[in-house]
Amino acid sequence: MMNPDLDQSFAQLEAEARQGAASLGSPEAVENFRLDWLGRKQGRLKQLSDQWLKAAPAEAKRELGQRFNALKTLVESLLDEASSAGPSDAVLAAQALDITLPGTRRLQGAEHPITRTMNELIGIFAALGYSVGVGPEVETDYYNFECMNFPPGHPARDTQDTLVIANQERRSLRDRLLLRTHTSPVQMRTMEQFAPPVRIVIPGKVHRNDAADATHSPVFHQVEGLCVDSNITFSDLKGTLDHAMKALFGSSVKTRFFPSFFPFTEPSADVQISCIFCAGKGCRKCKHSGWIELLGCGMVDPAVFAFAAEKQPAYDPRKISGFAFGMGVERIAMMKYGVSDIGQFYSGDMRFLEQFS
Amino acid sequence: MNILTTWLRALLPAIPADDHQLAEALTLRGIAVEGIHSLGEGNGHLYEMDITTNRVDAMNHFGVAREVAAIYGLNLPPGAAPLPEAQPAALPFSIRIEAEDACGRFTARVLRGITVQPIANSTGPISRLATRFFTLLEQKQISNAVDASNFAWLAMGQPTHAFDLDKIQGGIVVRRAVKGETLKTLDGVERVLDPEDLIVADHAKPLALAGVMGGWDTMITPETRNVLVEAAWFDPVAVRRTARRHGLHTDASHRFERGADISAAPLASDIVSAIILESGGHIEGELVDVTVAAILEKTAHRSAVALALNEVHRLLGTTLDPEGISASTVETVLKALGCGLVSEGSESWQVTLPSWRLDLAREIDLIEEVARVYGYNRFANTLPAFSGAIRELPNAAADSAIRRTLLAAGWNEAISSTFTSATDATLTAPQPGLVVPLGNPLSEEAGVMRPSLVPGMLNMIAANLHRDTSDVRLFELGTVFSGSTEKVDERPALAIGLSGNLPQTGVQIGLGAPSKRLDFYDLKGLVEQLLSRFKTKSVYFDNFAVGSGITPEWLHPYRAARVVVEGTTVGWLGQLHPRQATSRKLKDPVLVAELYLDRLYPLPLHKPAVRELSRFQPVRRDFSLLVPTKTAWAEIDASLATLARTALPDLTHWQVREVLGSQSAPEQGYSLLLSTTFQAPDRTLRDEELQAYAQHVLAAVSNVGARLRT
Repeated sequence: MMNPDLDQSFAQLEAEARQGAASLGSPEAVENFRLDWLGRKQGRLKQLSDQWLKAAPAEAKRELGQRFNALKTLVESLLDEASSAGPSDAVLAAQALDITLPGTRRLQGAEHPITRTMNELIGIFAALGYSVGVGPEVETDYYNFECMNFPPGHPARDTQDTLVIANQERRSLRDRLLLRTHTSPVQMRTMEQFAPPVRIVIPGKVHRNDAADATHSPVFHQVEGLCVDSNITFSDLKGTLDHAMKALFGSSVKTRFFPSFFPFTEPSADVQISCIFCAGKGCRKCKHSGWIELLGCGMVDPAVFAFAAEKQPAYDPRKISGFAFGMGVERIAMMKYGVSDIGQFYSGDMRFLEQFS
Repeated sequence: MNILTTWLRALLPAIPADDHQLAEALTLRGIAVEGIHSLGEGNGHLYEMDITTNRVDAMNHFGVAREVAAIYGLNLPPGAAPLPEAQPAALPFSIRIEAEDACGRFTARVLRGITVQPIANSTGPISRLATRFFTLLEQKQISNAVDASNFAWLAMGQPTHAFDLDKIQGGIVVRRAVKGETLKTLDGVERVLDPEDLIVADHAKPLALAGVMGGWDTMITPETRNVLVEAAWFDPVAVRRTARRHGLHTDASHRFERGADISAAPLASDIVSAIILESGGHIEGELVDVTVAAILEKTAHRSAVALALNEVHRLLGTTLDPEGISASTVETVLKALGCGLVSEGSESWQVTLPSWRLDLAREIDLIEEVARVYGYNRFANTLPAFSGAIRELPNAAADSAIRRTLLAAGWNEAISSTFTSATDATLTAPQPGLVVPLGNPLSEEAGVMRPSLVPGMLNMIAANLHRDTSDVRLFELGTVFSGSTEKVDERPALAIGLSGNLPQTGVQIGLGAPSKRLDFYDLKGLVEQLLSRFKTKSVYFDNFAVGSGITPEWLHPYRAARVVVEGTTVGWLGQLHPRQATSRKLKDPVLVAELYLDRLYPLPLHKPAVRELSRFQPVRRDFSLLVPTKTAWAEIDASLATLARTALPDLTHWQVREVLGSQSAPEQGYSLLLSTTFQAPDRTLRDEELQAYAQHVLAAVSNVGARLRT
């Protein structure tokens, strides 16, 4: 015997369950739905059971029980469905973000532009087979000047140009301590230690007695190179530096060499690169010449080899030859990164340094 | 120095290039033209020259013309200044060179009855030429006697001097000064002479600082009627020393210091005399010319140098032109520069050297001249074949590991000055007695070699804070110095500095914690992270009682830690002493660490070695402990380490998560939230086991007085 009232009541409950399940978007909502229907104390099925099933006359219990179980099965399957289907579209819509807000970036420290430029140069020469060498910042007059073929009265040896350690006056000239004015002493220290062939690139801090201004600093950095072997020529020097400048500034950069003078090289040359700002057309930065002077170089002077031969006789200028070059790291970094005041490199100014991150 | 192209073209009328091409050609041969200025129609250009110090011979018009002639293969006639016939002198003017080591030649010519007047007033051909060139060069005109000397200087780079003959007593003596002698020089300064000073004197008194500056008393005046023209050669070192002793640097000293042309003196004397005589007067007697043989040997009469073509090729390498540098190229270039070549076989020579090129002395010098005039840019770009092995710096890997760690943590690399003040050096030196002072410091603030990176770091942090950059994270890898002025030790060091907050980098969505202030533990954590790059057996941090004298004075006595690795102090870290902060006007707390890298670098770098990962779930248990005030975390930590090592290997990890002191009752100790992780390699831990483990942990911490909060 069917009971139309009961049919209607259960149909309504089923509809409510289906409707409720349809909007279940989040795990919390699913849990609430479960509690609402199946909760052990307050759940609707529990109430149904308590109020209807237990109170029903015995002959109706069977039918009621079947309908009750069908409803329970429905709720359970709806629950199953809701928890495996994941959140609903409405829930997803409610989770919308403003994706135009900026992303959160991890803090990233910046390598100092001088370190960065030095490492770039070292990398270029390492690829050409150069080892890396360093030496002391406090040098003797011998290594800084004498063995680099500076004559005794050379102006660079004057305290107006060179910073010196106190109380050196009583010592013999060659033992006097000073702050190296170039990385060239490491050339000699390397040759004294290793017989040829030698290929070495020397990064380092150097000092001069210069008042600080936009382009001068008493403290600055150089990268020096030395290549000695049995058949090293001036054209090898040209080719090596042409390659290095192309690696540093891009393959369209041209180099040109013209005569210069350094006590420790002969022939000596200054190297210009085609202006990297105007591609050689002429601009304010290259004083409208299309060229920028960047480094000094030359064939190692036989007199320098003679000093090296005192400890390593293989440095016989009749049998071996070599070239050396040196460049100011600050100058290259200033050009590459558009730095106008050399003092910024030593300021520790966070605003300046962060730009290299 | 400035050069007129009209003057060059007067010497070499057939230059096959315009002024701009000529400038380029000279520059590429090392006679650098830095600037070109047009002087108007018919006046050519003015070149601003930048000539290297070794090429003093080219710092004048004749010298530049010599280069031009070599470049274009032109013939440059030797200079000449015809003079009128001399009237006989009763006796030749007396010249005596006593300082034979320092004066190689002294020429003197007597001119009588001259008129001192502006050269512009003279109609003589050289005077008119000089007037025109002086105007174009904007060279100040003084009087014919002085201007004549300047003209000879500009023409051929030979310093000369005219004395008022009537003020000279007896004759000329070139000698060293005698102690106590004085000389008033042309600049009006009364100078006490040093026995080392090289002077030109007469038989009674000093007349001039030889090769540097003339004397006041023998100066040419409008009343001068008779003059003595000096053209001489003085030794570079003697002139430099004299000039430096008196703080003088003149055109004459500049040239003599770099080596003048000993052969040029007579011609220079002729030019000066010719110009003066164009305003009247006559020559008395022949040119008196005294030379010193030993110095001629070292200048004009040097021995020939051997040069071989194969040596030229060995050193210079490949040219773009397939014919390369031939024997005739070598001969043409060197002859044009004034060398004499005697062939010794087909491809080698004995080369005599010109007196004006004292920079040429060896075969390599001649090879350089060949390369220079041939043109550096006519050589090919070749790369040498590689031989030998590459050596890395021993500390390169460690340096790079440290730098990477700090950069990844968000610290910026900085570089500061190598120098510091004596005060800061004393404050921060690890060995205060061993600070090395400079002999000629740039300033008092930069008076000594930095013994520590701390002063530089403090300065950089202060500069940032003072310009309102309040969040600072910097590190510096650099050299520190200690020792004595006899021997200086250099060591690598690292400084880390911080102040302010860890900057908020993103958008705060809704409410959240405010950005975090960097503190002692941020710094310590960074140091720990750095140390973890090395393979170590023992790392600990400790501190010392106030008054023990061990903690560096720049550190806050209660917020400082010594860093000890393998039993050795490798550095210090902590908060800047608040009194230091006050004196440096730093309001925000500043934290600094310094590590002595020379003590860390001997350690091998940490190499990762993986352990077997357990497949079984780790279980975390937290304990809220009450710890006696005097008990430091290190004691709890050590106690747990012992436990894990001995009785409880399944205690795989422990960590302090929170520390909270009681403001109201500090004597009761402080709360500490300890978080532990248990994990067995071979099974899932059961509840009973975990309860037993928890008891182990509580027993272990109770050994140092900690107990579970109730």
